[in-house]
Amino acid sequence: MIERTFLLRHPSVMVFIALLALFTVGATILSEGFGVGLISTSFVKTLGKTLCLCLIAIAMDLVWGYCGILSLGHFAFFGLGGYMIGMWLMYERTKSIVVEQLGAAQLPPTPEEVREAIGSQIFGVVGGSEIPAIWMFADSLIIQIALVVLVPGLLALVFGWLAFRSRVTGVYLSILTQAMTLALSLYLFQNDSGLRGNNGLSGLQNIPGAENLSQDVISVWFLWASAFALGAGYLFAAWMVSGKFGNVVRGIRDDEARVRFLGYNVEAYKLVVFTVTAVIAGIAGALYYPQAGIINPAEIAPIASIYLAVWVAIGGRGRLYGAVIGAALVSLVSTWFTSGQVPDIPLGFYTIEWVDWWLVLLGFGFVLVTLFAPQGLGGLVDALVRNRQAIAAPPPTPAKSAEKASEAA
Amino acid sequence: MHRGIGLIMIRLLVVLAIACLGAIGPAHAQTGPIQAVLQDNRADIERASRRTVQPVLDAIIATGSERAPLFLERWRDRVVFQRDADGLFFLVEDEDADPMKLIDIDTGEFFGDVPEDGMSQLRPNSGVRGVIATALVQFQLSDPDPERRAAGLTAIERDPEASHLTALRASINGEADPALLARKTRLERLLTATFDDDEAARVDAIESFAGDIAVDVRATLNPLLSTRMRAAETLPENTNIARVLEPGVNIAIDEAYAMLVSADLAPALVDAETRDAALIANIDNGTVAGIAVATLDTNAARDAAYAALARSGTVPPAVTVEERAAAVNEHVFFETYNEPSQAVTDAAAQTLNAIESRVGAYRVVDLGLDGLSLASIYFLAAIGLAITFGVMGVINMAHGEFIMIGAYTGFVVQQFVPNYTASIVIALPLAFAIAFLAGVALERLVIRHLMHRPLETLLATFGISIALQQLAKNIFGTQARPLTAPGWLDGAWSLNDVVSISYIRIAIFALAVIFFVLLWFILNRTRLGLEVRAVTQNSRMAASMGISPDRVNMLTFGLGSGIAGIAGVAIGLYAQVTSELGASYIVQSFMTVVVGGVGNIWGTLAGAGMIGSLQKIIEWFNPANTLAAQTYMIIFIIIFIQFRPKGIFALKGRAAGD
Repeated sequence: MIERTFLLRHPSVMVFIALLALFTVGATILSEGFGVGLISTSFVKTLGKTLCLCLIAIAMDLVWGYCGILSLGHFAFFGLGGYMIGMWLMYERTKSIVVEQLGAAQLPPTPEEVREAIGSQIFGVVGGSEIPAIWMFADSLIIQIALVVLVPGLLALVFGWLAFRSRVTGVYLSILTQAMTLALSLYLFQNDSGLRGNNGLSGLQNIPGAENLSQDVISVWFLWASAFALGAGYLFAAWMVSGKFGNVVRGIRDDEARVRFLGYNVEAYKLVVFTVTAVIAGIAGALYYPQAGIINPAEIAPIASIYLAVWVAIGGRGRLYGAVIGAALVSLVSTWFTSGQVPDIPLGFYTIEWVDWWLVLLGFGFVLVTLFAPQGLGGLVDALVRNRQAIAAPPPTPAKSAEKASEAA
Repeated sequence: MHRGIGLIMIRLLVVLAIACLGAIGPAHAQTGPIQAVLQDNRADIERASRRTVQPVLDAIIATGSERAPLFLERWRDRVVFQRDADGLFFLVEDEDADPMKLIDIDTGEFFGDVPEDGMSQLRPNSGVRGVIATALVQFQLSDPDPERRAAGLTAIERDPEASHLTALRASINGEADPALLARKTRLERLLTATFDDDEAARVDAIESFAGDIAVDVRATLNPLLSTRMRAAETLPENTNIARVLEPGVNIAIDEAYAMLVSADLAPALVDAETRDAALIANIDNGTVAGIAVATLDTNAARDAAYAALARSGTVPPAVTVEERAAAVNEHVFFETYNEPSQAVTDAAAQTLNAIESRVGAYRVVDLGLDGLSLASIYFLAAIGLAITFGVMGVINMAHGEFIMIGAYTGFVVQQFVPNYTASIVIALPLAFAIAFLAGVALERLVIRHLMHRPLETLLATFGISIALQQLAKNIFGTQARPLTAPGWLDGAWSLNDVVSISYIRIAIFALAVIFFVLLWFILNRTRLGLEVRAVTQNSRMAASMGISPDRVNMLTFGLGSGIAGIAGVAIGLYAQVTSELGASYIVQSFMTVVVGGVGNIWGTLAGAGMIGSLQKIIEWFNPANTLAAQTYMIIFIIIFIQFRPKGIFALKGRAAGD
């Protein structure tokens, strides 16, 4: 079996999966839904959302850390995934409410009446009652789940094909991906985009067909689903970068022209990585937004994608666990600081309120990381491993060869 | 108690005294013609309403008394009083005085003192006052005071009426002021076009406006062409028909049938609501006309149930699609002009067409000016970015925050220098200096250490950007701060009613031109410029020629940042200063640089011009939706990059970084 030999060759993947399983089981035992109730349901949701962010960070690490494309647009794919699943959630829930309301009328409702009532329920807020054409599959969970994968994938495919074909690279490509994100979010901000403009989709935490289950239970379900997706995503990413494909991709990052001269179709490799990571991002978004409960175009704004790059950079590029560490750490610490739970620091003449100063700290802190720890926090893990290896003197591990590769960058 | 009784006593006495006065007064008070009219229409004046007051006004004016205008003005201004005792109307010398000094309306002579509480003030409501003001216009037009004549003209312009035409024509001959004469003549023609009885005179007046793009002409001609949709069995004779509507082609069948219904030419449709109400009303033991209610969950089933009801005679039968089509076929549908004369509508349509095409041409000019001013803003915002990107190959994400620093510098200067002109003169170089220093600091402390790692520079400067933005928020608060332009920059330069541009935008354009020339000079005629161009083309080769890339980098970065500071002051003058000011321009600045090509001020100029005018053109096609305009523009740029990946002005040869 490929999987077994692969896992044996990469013990770090097994360590990660084991830690993830331990974490998930631990959180379940402490949760309100299935365990002793030590941690609140909203915190379970925060943990679940963080796992989704870790998943998109892995996608970002693949495309940036391994392939060298600094995409400032992956949160657009994340958001699109969220929108696709959100359409089904909102449509089906509204439908069940509407059918219940119309059931009280004297005549049994016609399909037209149901559609019209759903339309005015969902789109009344943007002054419409027609259900736009893009919602035509909203009543089918299967199709919407397929769209979670297809829409970000297709957008990435078309955009990537256009961009890579004309050899747009480096900062140009970053700016172009940023422009794509901005265009998408501006488009969604319009009321006639068919996705409720700046209101976005809401009430996504209510799962149709699971009305009897409390959020305590649903939150644990989603925690497990997110953990499973993250584990699968990690495994997939590790497998993708381990073989020949991974070597070519790393080669493109380090010297694109040389790889091209060696006869590889650089554009095709880049396109595959870009599209696959967009799909992963879409899946992560589809798991994230039912836990967040609401999605609106502001989530897709270019700044979100830049933050994503910041997480990966802080965690350490070119190593998958680095991306996970960065995303988990920065997003959790950020939640902690902005929620006002961190004690203020009175200086006598001025009180530092962290809600206001957190971004300043993050901004300058990030500059310091870039300047003094270009390998990020993941670099510290590597240093630890190297120390242990220096004592035991075993043969080089994959972590170390990854380290070498990124040093070459 | 005592005082109360005393007061009542005094009032009684006064009333008695007035009664006596009234008894002897009328002898010379009722002689005047205006008073006579007023007394004849007492009820209409005491409780004047907008609808009934016109005949009274006509009668007052018909007296021909030269004191009529004065009386009407006082009436409008609510300073006419009526004596309670006998109902006579008076003017007063001072409305707040007690006793009041009454003045006879017709003679203007002092009539006598009367205590205030024996008089009632006339309080016409605003509708009545409007009617009085209209009636006053004809007097105002020949008033000796030019300002009052102008005010009269303005009143007509705002709300023209047929009755004004005669008065206006009468006043033209005696007009001495040439400016007012021109206005009167023009207004006379406008009124003639609408109100004259003679058709030929109207057509002449309309045709005389050919090519005149002023708003008032269009406001006069457009109502002449207003139409109304009608339905009839045959086309009527003697009607000024605008066009005949063909059902299914330029009017929907549904709409046509609805017109027939509203004109009582056809029976009303049974719509879904009526149908459902009828069904519900006839539910009998779980069935409607023998059909189970539970099966009525489609429109077809409900229609069938209704048809069954109709067959049993319970409800009127529904109009079928065929009947509806037949009814529509049997009638004609057409639009008629509200204006009966065809000659007039033809002339108006022709003249208006010619005017509209001229207006269209001027709109394009106006659009060009708008695009130019937007382009100059983008140029100022992007040129600094373009220079640093060209020389060092790094994108400075904090560039927008240097724009913000410039804008806040302007705001702070205005807190200390109250004179707006002086404050702007101080703020411009100060903003340059501060942003220059900030740029040099950023280059020395961060960017220099990230040389040859452009993507990390991008992210590090992004870190600086969020930190600076949040710092500005912490210092200045989240609310928008004003940066006020000096008074001489208020207002707009306008060529005609279509083409205009505000002075601030002209000033920004001038600023952009100045900086373009200045930068061109620096880059092409100075030692520094030579070194900058050398480093841009090939940094290593330049270094081997004795140029210090380190120094050039630092100075270029400072220069680019300094110009961003200036752009900040310029942008702050017409937009509010917030911590997000720079961020909102940064993506457009990137686009400008990417489209224009790096390291070349001509490229930035071309990029800014293209993006600015493109944005305005897209907005013009879809004016209500600037979000869509930006979306389409970005998509256009993404496609544009396909064809010119290195921008309009690409560096030729072996540029560094390739």
